[in-house]
Formats: sequence, C-alpha cells, structure tokens
Amino acid sequence: MTAHHGATAEPVDVNDPKLTRFDIVKEGLRRDDIEIITYESQFQGPNSKAEKRVVRNISFLFLLSGLFALVFLVSYIVWPWKFELGHTLSDYYTPILGVSLGISLFALGIAILAWAKKLLPHEVSIQQRHGDPSSDDERLITGQTAMYVADELGVARRPLLKGAIGLGLAPLGLAAAAPLVGGLIQNPHRDAEPMMYHTGFDPKTNGDKLVRLTRDDGSPIRPDDVSAGGQMTVYPGVPGGATNKFADSPTLLIHLRADDAEKTRVAADGDKNGRNKGSMWGNYVAYSKICTHAGCPASLYEQQTNRLLCPCHQSQFLITDNAQPIFGPATRRLPMLPLSVDDEGFFVATSDFKDTVGPDFWERP
Amino acid sequence: MKRRKLDPAEATANFAKGADDRFQAATPLRGLLNKVFPDHWSFLLGEIALFSFIVLLLSGVFLTLFFDPSMKEIPYEGSYPALRGVEMSQAYASSLHLSFEVRGGLFMRQMHHWAALLFMASIVVHMARVFFTGAFRKPREINWVIGVLLFLLGFFAGFTGYSLPDDGLSGTGLRIASAIMLSLPVIGTWLSAAIFGGEYPGELIIGRFYIAHVLLIPGILLALISVHLGIVFKQKHTQWAGPLRTNENVVGERMFPRYAMKQGGFFMAVFGVIAFMAGMFQINPIWLFGPYRAAEVSSASQPDWYVMFMDGLVRLMPNWQIYIPFGDGYSIPPLFWPAVVGLGALFTLPMAYPWLEARKLKDTRSHHLLQRPRDNPERLGIGMMALAFFTVATLSGANDVIADKFHISLNAMTWAGRIGLLVLPPLAYYVSVRIAFGLQQHDREVLAHGVETGIIRRLPNGKFEEIHQPLGPVDEHGHPVPLEYAGWVVPKKMNKIGALGPAVKGFFFPVEAPAETPVSPAPIGSAKKEEISSKR
Repeated sequence: MTAHHGATAEPVDVNDPKLTRFDIVKEGLRRDDIEIITYESQFQGPNSKAEKRVVRNISFLFLLSGLFALVFLVSYIVWPWKFELGHTLSDYYTPILGVSLGISLFALGIAILAWAKKLLPHEVSIQQRHGDPSSDDERLITGQTAMYVADELGVARRPLLKGAIGLGLAPLGLAAAAPLVGGLIQNPHRDAEPMMYHTGFDPKTNGDKLVRLTRDDGSPIRPDDVSAGGQMTVYPGVPGGATNKFADSPTLLIHLRADDAEKTRVAADGDKNGRNKGSMWGNYVAYSKICTHAGCPASLYEQQTNRLLCPCHQSQFLITDNAQPIFGPATRRLPMLPLSVDDEGFFVATSDFKDTVGPDFWERP
Repeated sequence: MKRRKLDPAEATANFAKGADDRFQAATPLRGLLNKVFPDHWSFLLGEIALFSFIVLLLSGVFLTLFFDPSMKEIPYEGSYPALRGVEMSQAYASSLHLSFEVRGGLFMRQMHHWAALLFMASIVVHMARVFFTGAFRKPREINWVIGVLLFLLGFFAGFTGYSLPDDGLSGTGLRIASAIMLSLPVIGTWLSAAIFGGEYPGELIIGRFYIAHVLLIPGILLALISVHLGIVFKQKHTQWAGPLRTNENVVGERMFPRYAMKQGGFFMAVFGVIAFMAGMFQINPIWLFGPYRAAEVSSASQPDWYVMFMDGLVRLMPNWQIYIPFGDGYSIPPLFWPAVVGLGALFTLPMAYPWLEARKLKDTRSHHLLQRPRDNPERLGIGMMALAFFTVATLSGANDVIADKFHISLNAMTWAGRIGLLVLPPLAYYVSVRIAFGLQQHDREVLAHGVETGIIRRLPNGKFEEIHQPLGPVDEHGHPVPLEYAGWVVPKKMNKIGALGPAVKGFFFPVEAPAETPVSPAPIGSAKKEEISSKR
C-alpha cells in the first residue's frame, strides 16, 4: 500500500445502526480505494426555485418524448404508406417516421442527460489505478507452473512423440482446411468454359457460326441503324448475350465521320502487332466497352475529341488511334472487335476480340 | 396455513442473498457500481461508434427478414412503375420490395445505411482523438490495434453491405473489386475465380457476400468490440492532466448513477439523430440506379465515403505497368499499387505506430495521462500528414463530381490530386508542428509572466506597458514566480480566472439573483497591488 493509497477515512463498522446509508456507501468506496473529494448539491438548498425549474424542464422533455412516440405510432399505422406514382401523401411517410422518432428519442436522451448533469450532485471522485504489474515472485511462479506443464507432458524427453504429433496433426489440419478452401477453388484457365480469354463474340459460343452484333433486346443491327458520329452499345447475338452471363462482351459500335474514319483506319492498319489490321468495316469501328483498368464500362463517348472516357477512374482512350489510353490509370488499349456484314446485311464479328478483354492480370499474354 | 404478506424489500433482499450465495456477486458488483470514470467530451466519440453499431444490429436484423440474396433473374412486378417488367435479380427485386411494399421498410433501410456511415465516421474521429492525445501508448497498444482492425472490418462490412442490393451502382463496385483481386500477382485470377465462383460476376457472389455481411463480419466485429471495451474497463480510462490527476489515479465520477445515465442519454440522442436522418435524408435510392448491367454505368459513381479514399488513390495512380519478360510475359497492373499495397500499408503502418513511437522516444513506461496535441508536435505532424493524405485521396474519389460542379477540367482535378497527394502531407506536417511549438511557447509565456489584463499603464518615464496578472505566487520584488509547464490548459484571459462574475442562470430571464458583477476598474487584491507596484 502506497502512502496516498485510497481514502484517508478510517474503517467503520457497517452494522452500526447510527450510520446513514451514505456512510455505508462511503465505507464501500473506502474499500474500493475511492475517495469522494467533492459531493455537493448543485442547488442553493432543498426545493430551490432553480431546482424546481430544472425538474419542470426535464419532465417536459419526457412528456415530449412520449408525445412524439405516439405521433410515430399513429402515423406508422394510419398514414397512407403504399407507394403511388406522382405527388401523394405517401411521399411524406418516411419523413414523418424519421422526424417523430428522431424527436422522441432525442428528447428522451436530453432528458436523461439533463437529469444526470443538472439534478444529481456535483461529484469528483478519485480512484487509485492499481496498474502495477504482478510481482516478480508471481511472475516466476506462473512461469514455472507453465513450464512444469510442459515437463509433465514430457514432450522434450520423448522425441518420438514430438515427431508423431507433428506428422499426425499437420495432415489433419490440412484435411480440415481442404474442404473449406478446396470447394471454392475454380481453375480460371479451364478451356471448356470461356473464362478470361473469350467473350460472347467467339464463334464457339454460337456453334462455330459468326456471332451477330445485337441490341440488348437481341435484335440485329444494320449499318444504317447508327448515324455518322453516333455510337451504340452492342452485345453478342447469342442466347443471353445481353445479360451479365456475358459481362465481358458489351462492345461499343461507333460510326465515325469520314475523316476520323480514315485516321482510325490508318492507325488500325499500321498497328504494330497487327491485331487491329482490317478490323474496321467501312466507317464503323467497334471497341470493347469494358475498361482495361478496372472493368467499368468506358461508356462516355466524346464526339468532338473522339475520346472514350471511363466514368469510374477517368481513363481516356483515343478512338482514332486504336483506343490507346491517353490519360488516367489505364495502361492498355481497348481491344477492337473485327467487323463485317453478313449476307442479310447485319453486323457480325468475324472473330472474337484478338486482345484479352477487361482488367489486366498477372498472366495475361 | 397462515399466508404471509409479500414484502417487496424483503423479497429483493432474499433474491440478492440467493444470488450472492451462488455467484459471490456482492463484492464485484460493488466495485462495478463504484468504478470511477474520468469525464471529457472527447471520450464520447468512440461511444457514437458503439451506439451506431447497436442500431446497425437492430435495423440489420429487420432487413434480413425481407431480403433475398439470390441472383436468379426475374421480371419485376412490384409497385414501382418505372422498372415494371425489367429483368432483375431476386436480390434487387427484394430490395425494391423492402423499399416500396414493406411498411416502414424504406425507413429501416435508410436507418441501416446512415448508421453505417456514422459508425465509420465516428471510428475515424475517435481514432484521431486517441492518436493525437497519445492514448494509444503503453499499456493500450493492443486496443489501438483492435481499433484499426475494427475500421478495416467496418470497411469490408460496408462494402459487402452496399453490394447486396445488386443495383447498378453496387454492381460497378463489385466489378472494381474483382479487378482489384485480378491485379494481385500470381494468384489474382485464382482468387477472383474462387470468390466469384468462376468468371465475374457468376451467380454466387451475392449469396456469399450476404453470409459474410450478416454473420461472419458482424460476428468478428461483435467479438472485437467486446474485447475492446473489456480492455478499456480493465485498464481504466485515460484522463487529461489537471488538478489532482496523476498517472496512478482516475479522477471523475462513479459509474452509477451519473456516468451510466450520461451514457444512456447520449445513446438515445445518437439514436434520435440517426432516426431523424433516416427519415429526412434520402440515401442510396436504388430504384433510380436500375438493376446491374455490365454495360451500364453513370458518371458520379461514388462508393460510400469511407471507401472513397481508395477509389481516389486508384484514380490518381499513374499508368505504370510492370512487365516481366519471362516465359509468355507477366505483368503487374497499376491497380495493384493503390488498391492492394496502398490499402495494406494504410492499415499496417498505423497498427505499428505505438511501438515505432515508443522505440524512437525510448519510452517503456505506462501512460495514463493524455497529452495535448501541442505537447508532442512530431506526433501531431505525422497525424496531420496522414489526415491530409486521406483527405486528398477522399476528395479525389469524387474528383469527377467536383470537376462537374465547379466547372474544372477533369484532367486538372486528377493532376491536382496527384500533386496534392505528394505536396500537402509534408506541408501539413510542417505547419502543424510549427503551430504546436507556437502554442506551447505561448503557454510558457503566460506561465512565466501572467495573463494579459488589457490594462495599459504609463510609467513616469513615459513608457507604456501592459499589466500582467500572475497565475501563481510572486517573489519579494513582486515578480511572478515562473510556474512549471504542466501540459495542461493555461488560462489566457482574465475572464477565465474570475474577472467576470459567474454566468446568470436562466435562458430568457434570470432564475436566481445574479452574482455581483465586478466593478470596473476591478477592486485590486493584494497580489495584484504588489504586481502593479513592482513595475515602477
């Protein structure tokens, strides 16, 4: 026990009938090493005017809380709440719930806070921390006890057991983890299913026939359907081609104006690795809509500057130069879809994209 | 048999006796009732997080009763006309059902979302309080680490939560999450395939996120919050320096009734504010976004605010790709650095900070007294540096909206963010360290010379000087005895040391006779007289 330890008061006999309840409380505080330094009423005497006023205010807050709780209940039950088109009473349902419940709870909170802060006596108590670590003896005893547990097991003396435990439990641990992890593992490089490297425009998804470009309702597209300077989001013309099952397939079909088209063709035909050569059809070009950065649709088409902008991270691609990234975090151009028109005059893809579509990854060729 | 009348007092006493016979509860219960808590408004910031978490649990349970985490596509047939007939996942349809056809469902959804935003915000502010006051120092390092983990878990709880409705915005977030997984070297494609159950998006992810969001993450959060509070209870709360306060005691008020009442009242007030926001302020109006389609996105696709810093870092990252010319060639996309390495560093560095600081200061003692930010300028500077970094990153997460609303070029916003991210943190460090030293210096001046009274005196030789009121005793010449710097508030205005009478009670009219206001010039006490006469 240190010198300033706890209360200065002497211990008292709590069974002494002369003690008040507060005397007994103080004896408890003494035993818990707490000293009350200040404990005084916030008012100038019992039933002071100020005290009555505080009590009135707190009572008002409790009643206000109850009133708004009733408003909440009644509105919850009787106010028209079903959604209807247009400007109707049901528009106010959620706001009324929020305001009434909000005021009710807030008033209750303030009432309790005011009670604690304004009515209860002002108090300053001091408690000793006792944050000292265990004594060296205690530490030694506990440490030795723990070591003795190891001695009792005798693992150190019985090396065979040590090895057997390791060799026996490690496989069991792996066996426990295997079904948890193994069930989740999918080979992303399986050839049977088109993952990573294929989109819905691969003729394989269409029984080895060329895949048409379609709208989201599945209808095919003729060159006349896109006016010069216009663009259209197209999907592979296979069942479910516009659904999220083919999340990598959405493509932007752009009808360029003649001079831009010429620039684009020169750039595509002069493509260094030759992948974009001859991929345009007339003044039409089609780029994958899936950003090569994080996979958002790079869908904001700036007609004047011939740029495609991805709204997620602002990568910008130059349409007239093989959709090279010219700003933002993307490093790789948008793949170009080789276009043609079939016998019936509808757009088809002559093959799948020749570059991998979508965000970059480690082993992308 | 004579029936005895039931005496409530005796029944309670008997019950208590029985309880103590069985659990020996009396002594520990007394300790609990008597436990002393130090009080300061800044200690309540963490409470807001706790209360928001309780609201999250309550409202979240309600939401699970109606939400269907299925990705099966069905045509919408609910009461929102604009989407009727549209193909969408069950998850999205049930979220719309919850919003339009469940009585009070929209209110509960918005309450859940607002509580989540408040949860994360109060964690950040609470962490800032703990950091800047040095409350993380020994013996509380582990609790600081748990706090950082709570933020990380809250981050993932929030992300999985707003992915669940499967609307246009949440699908975009999922797509980016998949790209982040893909960006991991070597294992990227395998990790993404494992989590999505094949190629993105697959048909499993909503169900998997659902179980993570309603069971795994909240379970871990609940466990860590319990440990967090248990450690606070065991180690006792830190306190500010001040009269009577030492490193070995706790000065405050007993837990019951006053402290507990304050907690309860504050909970109700926080709950009330959340309920008010849930009713009045629309949040995440999923019916406007439509179902998720891989081909559709709009501008202003922002995540919740606590994810925006990461989105901002991703936007600011230059397009630096690392190619490894080996075999078929491998690459590390630029997304990897901000989203994986950046996020990892932003969580591991703060976790390690308590030990780094202790090592630098060669400090192995336990600290229970808080430091004012100005009393550890380097720490303040480092914290402000981190906050500046976080702020620039967060604002950059909304740089398209800022560019649009303020008519700034989008590319200029990106460049401003890139430069700001490098320049502003060191600047924040320098400025805050200088301010901290300045404030310290001013405290020391007042301790040495006293408070400026605003009274100017002319000396016989014509010199003008201001009279200072010493804060402590004066020596035989009447000069103030310099006071020791205590790392605590120094009064700097005469009003703070009682030159002005106490405030009159009452809002519209005084409820008690106002105390005597001092007359001007104030009647000069003996100490003051000596001071004045001393400077002759």
